[in-house]
Amino acid sequence: MMRYRIIIGLVLILLAADAVVQAEDVASEEKADNSIFSKLPPIEIHGFYDSRGGYRLRKDKYEKDMSIMEDRLQLDLSSYPDWGDLKVKGDVIADWVTERGDFDLREANIFLRPNDFLDLKVGRQVLTWGTGDLIFINDLFPKDWQSFFIGRDNEYLKAPSDALKAGFFGDWANLDIVYTPRFDPDRHIDGTRLSYWNSNLARLAGEDAVIHTDKPNSWFRDSEFAVRLYKNINNYEFALYGYRGYWKSPGGQTASMSQAIFPDLNVYGASIRGAIGRGIGNLEVGYYESADDLSGKNALVDNSQMRYLAGYTQEIARDFTAGVQYYLEQMMDFSQYKNSLISGPARDRDRHLITLRLTKLLMNQNLRCSLFTYYSPSDKDVHMRPNVNYKLNDNTALEIGGNIFFGDYSNTFFGQFQNNTNVYAGMRYSF
Amino acid sequence: MRQLLTVILVLALSLPLFAAGEKEASKEIPDVETIVNKANIVAYYQGADGKAKVKMTVTNKQDQKRQHEFNILRKDMEDGGDQKYFVYFLKPPDVRKMVYMVHKHADPDKDDDRWLYLPALDLIKRIAAGDKRTSFVGSDFLYEDVSGRSLKEDTHELIKTTDEFFVVKNIPKKPDTVEFSYYNVSIDRKTYVPMKMEFYDQENKLYRVIESKKVEMIQKIPTVVKSVVSDLKTGSKTEMEFTEVKYDIDLEDIFQERYLRRPPREVTR
Repeated sequence: MMRYRIIIGLVLILLAADAVVQAEDVASEEKADNSIFSKLPPIEIHGFYDSRGGYRLRKDKYEKDMSIMEDRLQLDLSSYPDWGDLKVKGDVIADWVTERGDFDLREANIFLRPNDFLDLKVGRQVLTWGTGDLIFINDLFPKDWQSFFIGRDNEYLKAPSDALKAGFFGDWANLDIVYTPRFDPDRHIDGTRLSYWNSNLARLAGEDAVIHTDKPNSWFRDSEFAVRLYKNINNYEFALYGYRGYWKSPGGQTASMSQAIFPDLNVYGASIRGAIGRGIGNLEVGYYESADDLSGKNALVDNSQMRYLAGYTQEIARDFTAGVQYYLEQMMDFSQYKNSLISGPARDRDRHLITLRLTKLLMNQNLRCSLFTYYSPSDKDVHMRPNVNYKLNDNTALEIGGNIFFGDYSNTFFGQFQNNTNVYAGMRYSF
Repeated sequence: MRQLLTVILVLALSLPLFAAGEKEASKEIPDVETIVNKANIVAYYQGADGKAKVKMTVTNKQDQKRQHEFNILRKDMEDGGDQKYFVYFLKPPDVRKMVYMVHKHADPDKDDDRWLYLPALDLIKRIAAGDKRTSFVGSDFLYEDVSGRSLKEDTHELIKTTDEFFVVKNIPKKPDTVEFSYYNVSIDRKTYVPMKMEFYDQENKLYRVIESKKVEMIQKIPTVVKSVVSDLKTGSKTEMEFTEVKYDIDLEDIFQERYLRRPPREVTR
């Protein structure tokens, strides 16, 4: 598998090289007839080189001190023939924490706009919808929580999907349908890079207890459907959502408790976003129907939930923006859950979460200081994400930041990551 | 030969007529509201819609340069009224393919609606209606310079008329919402193109100047193709150059989510 991915990476680099050669040929007005791309319009090459490193601020007996240490070359190749858009984007990574080379194909897709009412995008792609800021209710596309907590760029929070997206556009409303033929789970916390609360062991764990999963893995049978029906009325954006698939991060375990599983999940939701006063307000709700445990009696499968989100963002001074969100996650069959609990302390029925984002731009907007904070009054835990990004020139950016966790208990969502508190610094050259 | 002579004769006779006609026209000085209305239409509402490629260079006091390149598309809902803007970034590389969209409302009491599309995350962000006198992508131009300041925000007074310009003094109705105490605009008497805007601070000191450095006739429309803003306090300067300017391009309604995620080719080229 590893070798296969590196080969793809090498092929991508060769394609880029080929494109460069071709571009030079075009410049010298010679036709590159030996290239398989001579039939395509010129290939545009962009990307970046990103190098970053970070350390844990606390001793973690289950993980390395180094939280992140990697060099990354992203190549973004695109071509625009008359009939559609072609795009391939991938990262070649030297990861000094895992001491491995890797290739992460971020996008490889074809976009078609066959007529006025249809857009199609087929292949590997990054997908996003919904109204939350770093909180997701109806966006059930894969996330990369590991990247998010170890200090990679925010763009890596979104993991790619292998999917077909069809957008239908009408006067009455617009409809998006995303079909993922084989389940794409989150790149979830599994103990390899971040220590976590292991409820079976009833303690923190990490590399010593890596979570093994039994993932729905067959093409076309273990598929996902996500739909969104949306309309903009006087710049108030209304949307209805539906999802049929699986819990994106493990939502249960096998009877032997040796493997984590991704039980069936259906989600029904709605959102609205628009101007309120001087700012932007948003509301989003979702009903998470845990289809393998509708009664909530099965201790091995997560309970159904209601999720609510309300948010508001406003510019409070020049180049200074503040955003607050309130989020509530409510278990539907709490008494059943409590009665059937096998091990560990029970969680609360309601998880309340408040977020605050502060962003200040300075020095002709070349310096961006931001702080995103999650605070749960019910779990009594906090996650803070300070970040300072300075654009040295049009191509180079320098960045420092941190992922800070604290909490009263080791088994809460952010509290479990206390020993993963880290700071990082990075440099990115874009071209 | 005879034809040539005729031409010369006609020209010779008509020239003084033209000159006289022009002088006559310039003697009639329209009232200030007519001047500012005309100048506003000329500066921000040319044609029913339009497109341009913009190269923006910020040069700071230390002579360090930053460059942005973007395509800007505009569609007017009505002359002097609401407008929609679509800005597709080409450079620098970290903002490539980013889209900034504005539904601008002429009513000063109604905030503009703004969106930002971030391609790496496939994320459409709604931006809180901000202070319009905030820097446009880190340049010395402000959002209000790019999309226009509503005429209803200021009182206007014609303070000088020269052979070339009408000079209009603009005093904000809500002085606490802006950083200037007033600004003077020199409007070309023939074309009504605002050629120079001079901003004065609370001590009546000139601190910011926007100049139209180059005006070309494009589709018979006088068009500023190069403008420079100088911040006299910071010593920073921003130049905007417009190329590939086209008017009345029969732009469809691209100002919606579908085209933020994937703009049509005419926009990205």
